[in-house]
Amino acid sequence: MSGILNSSIGRKFAMALSALFLMIFLLQHFSINILSVFSPDTFNEVSHFMGTFWAVQYVLQPILILGVIFHFVMGFVLEIRNRNARKINYAKNNGSANSSWMSRNMIWSGLAILAFIVLHFYDFWAPEINVKYFKGDMSGLIDPDNVDSGFRYWEELHHKFQDMWRVILYCVAFIFLSLHLLHGFSSAFQSTGMNNKYSKGLQGFGKAYAIIIPLGFVFIALFHHFTH
Amino acid sequence: MNLTLKIWRQANANDKGKMVDYKISDISPDMSFLEMLDVLNNELIEKGEQPVAFDHDCREGICGSCSLYINGEAHGPDRGVTTCQLHMRMFKDGDTITIEPFRATAFPVIKDLIVDRTSFDRIQHAGGFISVNTSGNTIDANAIPVNKHNADDAFSAATCIGCGACVASCKNSSAMLFVGAKVSQFALLPQGQVEATDRVLNMVKQMDEEGFGNCTNTGACEVECPKGISLENIARMNREYLKASLKG
Amino acid sequence: MALDSKIPKGPIKDKWTDYKNHIDLVNPANKRNIDVIVVGTGLAGGSAAATLAELGYNVKAFCFQDSPRRAHSIAAQGGINAAKNYQGDGDSTYRLFYDTVKGGDYRSREANVYRLAEVSANIIDQCVAQGVPFAREYGGLLDNRSFGGVLVSRTFYAAGQTGQQLLLGAYSAMNRQIGRGKIKMYNRHEMLDVVKVDGKARGIITRNLITGEIERHSAHAVVLGTGGYGNVFFLSTNAMGSNVTAAWKAHKRGAYFANPCYTQIHPTCIPVSGDHQSKLTLMSESLRNDGRIWVPKKMEDVEAIRNKTLKPKDIAEEDRDYYLERRYPAFGNLVPRDVASRAAKERCDAGYGVNATGEAVFLDFASAIIRYGKEQATVRHLDVNDAALVKKLGQEVVKNKYGNLFQMYEKIVDQDPYNTPMMIYPAVHYTMGGIWVDYNLMTTVPGLYAIGEANFSDHGANRLGASALMQGLADGYFVLPYTIGDYLSNDIRTGPISTDTREFEDAEAEVRKNIDHLINNNGTHSVDYFHKRLGKIMWNKCGMARNAEDLKSAISEISQLRAEFWKDVRVPGTENEFNEELAKAGRVADFLELGELFAKDALQREESAGGHFREEYQTPEGEAMRRKEFQYVSAWEYKGEPKDAILHKEELAYENIEVKERSYK
Repeated sequence: MSGILNSSIGRKFAMALSALFLMIFLLQHFSINILSVFSPDTFNEVSHFMGTFWAVQYVLQPILILGVIFHFVMGFVLEIRNRNARKINYAKNNGSANSSWMSRNMIWSGLAILAFIVLHFYDFWAPEINVKYFKGDMSGLIDPDNVDSGFRYWEELHHKFQDMWRVILYCVAFIFLSLHLLHGFSSAFQSTGMNNKYSKGLQGFGKAYAIIIPLGFVFIALFHHFTH
Repeated sequence: MNLTLKIWRQANANDKGKMVDYKISDISPDMSFLEMLDVLNNELIEKGEQPVAFDHDCREGICGSCSLYINGEAHGPDRGVTTCQLHMRMFKDGDTITIEPFRATAFPVIKDLIVDRTSFDRIQHAGGFISVNTSGNTIDANAIPVNKHNADDAFSAATCIGCGACVASCKNSSAMLFVGAKVSQFALLPQGQVEATDRVLNMVKQMDEEGFGNCTNTGACEVECPKGISLENIARMNREYLKASLKG
Repeated sequence: MALDSKIPKGPIKDKWTDYKNHIDLVNPANKRNIDVIVVGTGLAGGSAAATLAELGYNVKAFCFQDSPRRAHSIAAQGGINAAKNYQGDGDSTYRLFYDTVKGGDYRSREANVYRLAEVSANIIDQCVAQGVPFAREYGGLLDNRSFGGVLVSRTFYAAGQTGQQLLLGAYSAMNRQIGRGKIKMYNRHEMLDVVKVDGKARGIITRNLITGEIERHSAHAVVLGTGGYGNVFFLSTNAMGSNVTAAWKAHKRGAYFANPCYTQIHPTCIPVSGDHQSKLTLMSESLRNDGRIWVPKKMEDVEAIRNKTLKPKDIAEEDRDYYLERRYPAFGNLVPRDVASRAAKERCDAGYGVNATGEAVFLDFASAIIRYGKEQATVRHLDVNDAALVKKLGQEVVKNKYGNLFQMYEKIVDQDPYNTPMMIYPAVHYTMGGIWVDYNLMTTVPGLYAIGEANFSDHGANRLGASALMQGLADGYFVLPYTIGDYLSNDIRTGPISTDTREFEDAEAEVRKNIDHLINNNGTHSVDYFHKRLGKIMWNKCGMARNAEDLKSAISEISQLRAEFWKDVRVPGTENEFNEELAKAGRVADFLELGELFAKDALQREESAGGHFREEYQTPEGEAMRRKEFQYVSAWEYKGEPKDAILHKEELAYENIEVKERSYK
């Protein structure tokens, strides 16, 4: 069992497991964010719960970060190995004849998503950590000294999307996310060895997921931008 | 038809190699691609030049000798055929055709368009068999009935001709379709069960040692495979491998 | 040297068992000290190498392909016969024996054929245990089909790729032994001579086809499983690399060559499309189970089809000549291959050929499609009178049975055989002749064995469908591993054979001399130029029908062509590199000698038998006429030029089968 991560199939299985985990996280992230469109109050309450509940903060959050790091590092490890597997390239290669653009460019869509995550951490995660753990303000209020000032989460989110460039960057990133998912979803299932009578249906579901979720994020960003 | 050919020429494994242009005329659309190369070679020989070396033998699509990356695709633009069964009617008068060897670190070039695919053999040495000695008294062939669907699937997997188009087409030069097909054939038959664990572990280990890349499920192999070997075989190998790893 | 076939005494049923019970064995500890060379890794060579290694011998296996899995056995389509009687249709060892001897036109050796039939059932057991995925029925048991020339269903198959599956089975058995280190595999090596020490075969000289290196390999015995020589015709269904070189070198070193003129011309191949053609493609004979062969009755219809003004399916039923059904009502389209081929030639010679070259007949699936369609419609409770539905259902059935063959045909010919009849014509396919061997499969050189298509023994003058795979595997898995032990039991104290001896030196020097000549010849024409010319002579004068006059002129033409070849062939490149032209030149040089012996043998055999049809010897109805006085094997001894070869006769005795006029009417 220990050697499994040294084998090609073990690695691709691990890649798939981390992907499936990240896709579940993404769905969860989206479900909460979309609340911000319909009900700022519910959004605030859920955000506050997620931001302060110990199991989320001290168990799920580290796992998630590890998952993200693992997925990226393993992605690079595999990419390097795969590049070494063909040292001289074809003078003419007609990749589109046999495979989708998405499947051939996972490393690029992945890198775009990585860049986005850096931005996203800079935008939300770093300030959040700063407020909660460095300043020690666990209240979640706009003004920690004023109980009536209300939760800060929706305000912060809404405010961030005032900047048009940020909205554009986010939307572009979501497009890459969609491209990544369009191949990644069904690929993850194939890697785990799942290829049976349910695969067709699952592929359809995967396509829907890969389009609807990123599109939803785009919608949320645009919503906040244009409701200013 | 008159054609321009851009062909990879490389004198031997240590030579650097380069693309060379050739003009060829009066090609009949009924010729096979290799017959077209025969015509070119005959011209080269009679001119005192070195003919283009390429692998070929049965010329009926079953031995798996012929290879060639033609216009950016393994075995050329047609589907479900090897290069020897690719016909010139797939091309138009005046076309330029780029012809390269199958590229992969695990398939080093021997000369021109010929590559060394013995890495495939070594993967099979590691476990591509059922350990049964030859004797006149193995159990009767009908003693173990085999579910027809499994038998048919095992056969479909077994029709792999080991040409290496999967590796050549894969952007990662992965050999998983080839290995998956072999693992599947035995995994689907009751006779293959006894050694299933060791077989998949050993074959995958050898595959990794040969320097093939990792599968990223682009599906290019399945599309370019002249025998239509299905991606299901890779999924089945993944399952078999994970099962075997858990068993130890 | 008088020929001794070494057939064991006793009733035919007990010969093989008694023989096995009384031969000398080599004990397992001693087997480790004995080396065996196996040349060729097809069904015969591959299975022999694997089995010998399992027994404990040190095996060195050689093939000219880049992998043993690519030997041309892989291209066999239809199936493999075995007397299993799973269908309960009255099959038995005797019946398979009888059919094979009769199909071979009473020119094969009874004892060998009986043994072949006897071990046939074991082959299927062995292959299934190896994981060969034969076709099965819904109950999970093995399926069978019937094949030309017999009245029972005894053919096991794996779609149209039986040879591939069986070869991969043998290859997997080899892989297991290569992995264990018991077989040392030499890919891309070509055998260029046999080395004899003290009269015994003790090694071979090979050329590494990648580096050009000439190598010496020694062993206590040498086994040739190097296939047939159909490529002497240039165009044949053999692989491009299939050659006679190994067998011919053995012949030159003293192995008699038997019945070279017995060639099988297979009736169902894709017709020649033009001068550029490099090889011919066979379509499994199993197609004749469902396809009906015909040409138009009226010459104007023939013209119209050639001019493409009329489509074949528009010719009315009564204007079609289903000539096999007409001439052979009992067997119809399932007559043996030689009969079917000659009948096609007869129609085409009479002017009824249906393609531009006039050398093609139709193989029509229309009625099979309707028959199967109706059957399916009935089974599924659908409307049997709905023509479109019936056609669709029928096409599905045909697709399941022959899908890959239909696809192959469509790719090559660019016509859809589901909707228009296929065009077929006979092509050279298999050579029944080969190196003479005794009951032990040993040639006239002690320690040199020949198995599979490379030997002559089991098919007589004509081979039945699905019997080549059977013979290859029988020889390799079940016969040679026993018989060779009897010989090797005398070698347990010999120790390793040195390659630093005079004999190896001489053989290597001769090989090098030949190569030097070819490389430095600087002639004007490529190897193929000569090969094509040889092929034309062979096809026109030693093909489906032969006569004394043509054969005589073939002999002198081939001899002239050979002289011209040695003077004028051009081989580019050097000997120290991958050089396919050099390899081809060596092969064609041997074909140019074999071709002459072939014609000489055909001239000498003044009768018609199986694949050998002499126009002078036919019945008034145009059927082959055998002659009692030729009931022998012609084994030729090499004496320099082919014209000087000396004939030795092995008389054939039929004690268990009554020799009759072969009739399929």
